[in-house]
Amino acid sequence: MQISDSSTRILAGLLEARTGQQLTMSRRWRIETALSSLLRERGISTLDELITILVMGKEPSLSQMVVEALLNNETYFFRDRAPFDLLQRYALPELAQRRARSKRLRIWSAGCSTGQETYSLAMLFAEEPEKWRGWTIDILGTDVSTACVDRARSGAYSQFEVQRGLGINQMIKWFEECPDGWRAVEELRRPLRFQVHNLLEQPPHPGGFDIVLCRNVLLYLSPEKKTLSFERLAASMAEDGWLMLGAGETVIGQTTRLGADINARGLYRLVSGGQVEKRQSDRRATSARA
Amino acid sequence: MKSCLIVDDSKVIRKVARHILETLEFEVEEAGDGQEALSRCEAKMPDVVLLDWNMPVMSGMEFLRLLRQRGHADQPKVVFCTTENDMAHIRAALEAGADEYVMKPFDRETLHIKLQLVGVA
Repeated sequence: MQISDSSTRILAGLLEARTGQQLTMSRRWRIETALSSLLRERGISTLDELITILVMGKEPSLSQMVVEALLNNETYFFRDRAPFDLLQRYALPELAQRRARSKRLRIWSAGCSTGQETYSLAMLFAEEPEKWRGWTIDILGTDVSTACVDRARSGAYSQFEVQRGLGINQMIKWFEECPDGWRAVEELRRPLRFQVHNLLEQPPHPGGFDIVLCRNVLLYLSPEKKTLSFERLAASMAEDGWLMLGAGETVIGQTTRLGADINARGLYRLVSGGQVEKRQSDRRATSARA
Repeated sequence: MKSCLIVDDSKVIRKVARHILETLEFEVEEAGDGQEALSRCEAKMPDVVLLDWNMPVMSGMEFLRLLRQRGHADQPKVVFCTTENDMAHIRAALEAGADEYVMKPFDRETLHIKLQLVGVA
């Protein structure tokens, strides 16, 4: 199946308009694969025919389906392992001390795809019940894709998905068989909530997140949109919170609001200027309310 | 270089698993059933066994029980790799001494992580 340059440009424009993501050259080769099952389901024989339907605006819901199909939703449980070890070894013990009075933690998985990252986070807490007894743990997963958020919320994974990244003992402890595969047990689902959200928009409620994970998401954005996303992420964080990016991603040259945590490679903190800005904006908000 | 014995009566599965394991820099041996696998283990104990459940001559479960009964000091890690994908089979395999469990179909990433979890990759 061939796709013309003009059709590719239309698809790229649609994706960027809806999500901010760019259809980079490295992702263009997979357009046909990504859209093939959608074409089959809708009885559309060529990509150019699909583009014609999109351009004519006959089926508004189709454009959202195309966008969802073009997104890269690759994820699995405890992806790359090391970041989760870092949270468990460094960030969570420190937060356990700092938030000992409020006993409340807020974590945001930005660009959570089908939710495996959020369930992995929930397992970190569930596997140390004594340590976190009496705490309110709020783990928010967001994604620009409605289909992904619905899947994440269901907590149900196919046999293929559930074993990607999980040891077998972990899998049978935290998942139970269901008609479509395996579903996370209620205890694991309890601290989780999910919502559709675009990183370029205002951060989700309630803000003040202690840890924000945004791994392998920003790499699909243009430099300008990446900078805007960093602004949004920084604005969502608690003053002493952390941002975690994917391996190979960095804030350097893209924002002045965040800097590397010298004690933990891969974690980023608000820099002092950012803190001042945040405190100032908090004061502005307070005086506006007053 | 770590060694892996693939025990499966399907040539296709052995071929796919061999390809993945070789890209993970394993030295690979193959056996078509549990009996042949036991003989290979007697000759040279691998670091890990990738084990199917249903096979002619001797099943994976029978092989695993006999292997664990023999109590060799250099017991290999055993990763079941099977289409028997329900909780009852998984629990039975773990009780018999399996270290990990892969449900077919699987991909390179899944197998790699499972091998990391048992400490051989």
